[in-house]
Amino acid sequence: MLSQSAPKFSSTGTQATRIVGVLTIVVMTWVVISGLVFTPADVVQGESVRIMYVHVPSAWIAYLAFIVTAIASAFYIFAKRHSLGFDRVAGASAEVGVMFMVITLVTGSLWGRLTWGEFWQWDPRLTTTAFLLVTYIGYLAVRRLDGSIEQRARRSAVIALLAVLEIPLVHFSVVFWRSLHQRATILDPNGDVKMDGLMLFTLFSGVVGFTLVFVWLILHRQRTMLLSDLANQSGLDAAILARQNESVSN
Amino acid sequence: MKKTVKKTGRSRVASAVFIKDLRIEARSRVVTNQVLPFAGLIMVMFAFALDNDDVLQRVAGGLIWLATIFSLFIIVQRSFAIDTSDSALDSLRVAGIDLSAVFLGKSIALSLQLIALDVVLIAAAFLLYQVQVSVIGLVLLVTCVICATTGLGFVGTLYGGLTAGTNGRETLLPLLLLPVVAPVLIAATRATEAAFGSGGAAISEGWAWVGLLAIFAAVFGVGGSLAFGPLIDE
Repeated sequence: MLSQSAPKFSSTGTQATRIVGVLTIVVMTWVVISGLVFTPADVVQGESVRIMYVHVPSAWIAYLAFIVTAIASAFYIFAKRHSLGFDRVAGASAEVGVMFMVITLVTGSLWGRLTWGEFWQWDPRLTTTAFLLVTYIGYLAVRRLDGSIEQRARRSAVIALLAVLEIPLVHFSVVFWRSLHQRATILDPNGDVKMDGLMLFTLFSGVVGFTLVFVWLILHRQRTMLLSDLANQSGLDAAILARQNESVSN
Repeated sequence: MKKTVKKTGRSRVASAVFIKDLRIEARSRVVTNQVLPFAGLIMVMFAFALDNDDVLQRVAGGLIWLATIFSLFIIVQRSFAIDTSDSALDSLRVAGIDLSAVFLGKSIALSLQLIALDVVLIAAAFLLYQVQVSVIGLVLLVTCVICATTGLGFVGTLYGGLTAGTNGRETLLPLLLLPVVAPVLIAATRATEAAFGSGGAAISEGWAWVGLLAIFAAVFGVGGSLAFGPLIDE
């Protein structure tokens, strides 16, 4: 099954990944310079507004990654030919998503400390994000369970689809729970932030730049997963062949 | 006609698995001899840690459901340890029977054990934490326990099946289950607090949370029936 889809490459880089990589460097360089130097400080939030140029794009990528994981898992489960390519995309996307989710929570906490005066508020969005992080850490743990590659793919695809059921329930219960309690005291987290044109453009550039980082990482990661699966498979095949040769010689 | 035969087969398998799980428990008495004392100890330890009658009355609902969820891990792991030790789960799988029926039978058996556990925990809350409940509050409490334990039974069986027979299942199960059961913990705690009248909570507030528990049970009942087969399939 796996050997049929054996790749013709020995590294994970291609012409396409190099183009994406160069574009990523250009856009991210602009975001860093514009975010730190060109854009003004916010009237209310001061210099802490610059955290937004990392926080908002990383949150966007984190949620996008988990949507990609769910869609790829659904394709693996429901497609007639259970292609392991979908499983690898799902796994790679979840790994990248967890990384960006951690960045989102850390930058959000730093911003919260400066704006609300506290690292953490039991805000529904924050709480749901934290639960999403733990859920996908569990998903990654399931991917590392013993068993064949096909078992890994089936189990993790089911867990990813169950997470799609779970997250709305968690979010709704936390929203309902918080509606009975006090809200953020210094600045309402749902409050609109009015931005000037350059700030908005830098934020948009950040979203584009982080999306390119996401695409670049997914392309490389799913290929390293394929190479790893092939290495495991060839090791197993070699061991079986060695045992067969032993039995023939005996 | 064929569909009717299949349905009968499914319910027969579900009831056979249900009776088998309860019979194992009746003979081994693990829930009564080990899990119940463990849950009771949790209630006592919470009293030591919080050391304030007013606080204990206020948080009694949450403590009951935390003790229930901690006990859930033990019951689920015990149930699947028996099923995997002699490859009983594999035998059920290769027998060609409907695995959603196995899921249903195991879930209901687990829910019933959790209901028995909650009866004891609620009694312990009356004795240790001095909580009080009215007749209308009791109706809310009973409905809450039935809905919450049904949902916990479904997710416990689903994730227990996934981790059955794997290395590190003792640590993986809580990691997978705790985020999933968070809505049950929030909703069941609020409904129980409403039933007890803790912190001035009105009983009418509790019914909305029971609705959420019912939705949770329905979602994971359907989702679990579909997912259990692929999860335990080798």
